Amino acid sequence: MAPFPLNLVQLLGSPQYFIVYLFIGFAFGAVLELAGFAVSSKLAAQFYFKDLTVLKVMFTAIITAMALIFLTSGLGILDYNLVYVNETYLIPGIVGGLIMGAGFILGGFCPGTSLVSAATLKIDGIVFALGAFFGIFLFGETVSTFETWWNSTYMGRFTLMELFNTETGVVVLAVMIMALLAFAGAELAERYVGKKTEKQPRWRYGAAGGGIALAVAVLIVGQPTNADKWNAIASVNQPKLDERAVFVHPGEVLQYMNDRKIVTMLVDVRSEADYNLFHIRDARHVPMDELNSIVEEFHALPDNAVVFVMSNDEEAATAAWRYLVAESVVNVYILEGGVNNWLATFGEGEAETVSAIDSTGTDALKYSFAMAYGDQHPAASPHADRFELTFDPHVVLTLKRGPASGGCG
Amino acid sequence: MTTLSSTQPQAEVPAKTKAARIARPYMHPYAAGILLGLVLFGAFFITGNGLGASGGMNRLVVVFEDALFPAHIDRTPYLISMAGGDRNPLENWVVFVTIGTIIGGFTSGYLNGRVKVEIVKGPKVTNRTRLFWAFVGGTLMGYGARLARGCTSGQALSGGAVLSVGSWAFMLAVFGGAYMLAYFVRRLWN
Repeated sequence: MAPFPLNLVQLLGSPQYFIVYLFIGFAFGAVLELAGFAVSSKLAAQFYFKDLTVLKVMFTAIITAMALIFLTSGLGILDYNLVYVNETYLIPGIVGGLIMGAGFILGGFCPGTSLVSAATLKIDGIVFALGAFFGIFLFGETVSTFETWWNSTYMGRFTLMELFNTETGVVVLAVMIMALLAFAGAELAERYVGKKTEKQPRWRYGAAGGGIALAVAVLIVGQPTNADKWNAIASVNQPKLDERAVFVHPGEVLQYMNDRKIVTMLVDVRSEADYNLFHIRDARHVPMDELNSIVEEFHALPDNAVVFVMSNDEEAATAAWRYLVAESVVNVYILEGGVNNWLATFGEGEAETVSAIDSTGTDALKYSFAMAYGDQHPAASPHADRFELTFDPHVVLTLKRGPASGGCG
Repeated sequence: MTTLSSTQPQAEVPAKTKAARIARPYMHPYAAGILLGLVLFGAFFITGNGLGASGGMNRLVVVFEDALFPAHIDRTPYLISMAGGDRNPLENWVVFVTIGTIIGGFTSGYLNGRVKVEIVKGPKVTNRTRLFWAFVGGTLMGYGARLARGCTSGQALSGGAVLSVGSWAFMLAVFGGAYMLAYFVRRLWN
């Protein structure tokens, strides 16, 4: 499994792991100050095409980080699934951005830079930061009046790769080239509008070449497919299948279904026909080729969540387990013996509706039903106290890595 | 008094105190950008989170609110998630990033002789006008940042680097909003 990001809570314990964020913040603040972002007039000059430091610093930072993130992800060092990607709420984001643009030109800062300005004792920075605190307070007090709109146009974790339906490397290279063109334009503006005469250092051509080279490397390396990701972790995870450590007895699954302290997700990867004939209560029908669509949602599950995948027998469920584990979903298990075993365990006494049939296909339903019951069959939600089952518990809940919630917290 | 023509701090020799240092010029924008990119990458690489500022400020506001009006917090859905019940709004990564930002900004400013009590403004406005608009701008910034679920750091920088569609749309909106208004308020800065 890609070793990064680190599981800081596990490594350092809580709350000690916050110290890492303190260091990151320190470096962030120091660089902002070094760039001159504590000085409002330098920031505002951006919008009169006189000093485009803001654009240069911001976009250089974005393309540098972007190239490194996707290169390390392509090389299997960083798990992009566990990297927080700001969720898209399109319209509120754009409206908020426009308001911030107005605040930027009127006040001369953005929130982060105003903190740095205040830290270097610029009075205007301090006043701006106080204003920002006041604006934040106002938002907290007023958001309930337009919460529906604030949550509208939600698109989840939506990337430019998905928007343009293209490879990651192509987007990275395109963004890189556009940023470099913007820098060339910015330098022209500074020369002709800002009347800047100082000579720009020659090393920036080398840096631009380096950026292009990085982006091309991202394109060539590509991003790992699900199969690549599985291969990288197979040595650790195949034994779990071989030792049947992740196959969970129906009785244990039922126990989790009835446990209110645990969020239990049942994922049924069978055909729609089989699912309609019979499925366990609250099981979600997710065909194999749509598994990708639940990865994001399952990453967002709380720490006390457990996922059980199932097919008629175990074959498809095992493939689904491999898929989800390779995508870094944690606490995934397989229903032992699949739905057939579930029916064998809990279908007893319902002879008029369940009858065993000889099925020759692998991973096929071994029971026939008089009608399509869905979850209306008694065996779909068995009463735990009617069955005396003995089993070895297999589920061990582990902590997730990566951010539980990200963005600006 | 800084004006646009003197964005590089003047290397005036401070005569009065020992503590005062000569203000060094700022880092070259591209060099600073690469450095900032490395910090941003490091944040993502180690923690999975990017950078943020307004979120931390938000939680600092909520601490005060929670201390004064805990019942109000518990009735406002937006605030509950941060400070409802016995939840501590400060137990969040972004708070520590924010505190670090302030310390880092001061340290760098101090080491480079740029910590100085002053009001930075355009040449044609009074201090009072500058501070008035700084407060108004800050208010808009704070409000907009929470509306957009992140500020220039949390949305534009962080979301931009991981290629989020919403963050790029947001970024264009910020620049668009500022450029649209820039002409009308040019007296503030020029």
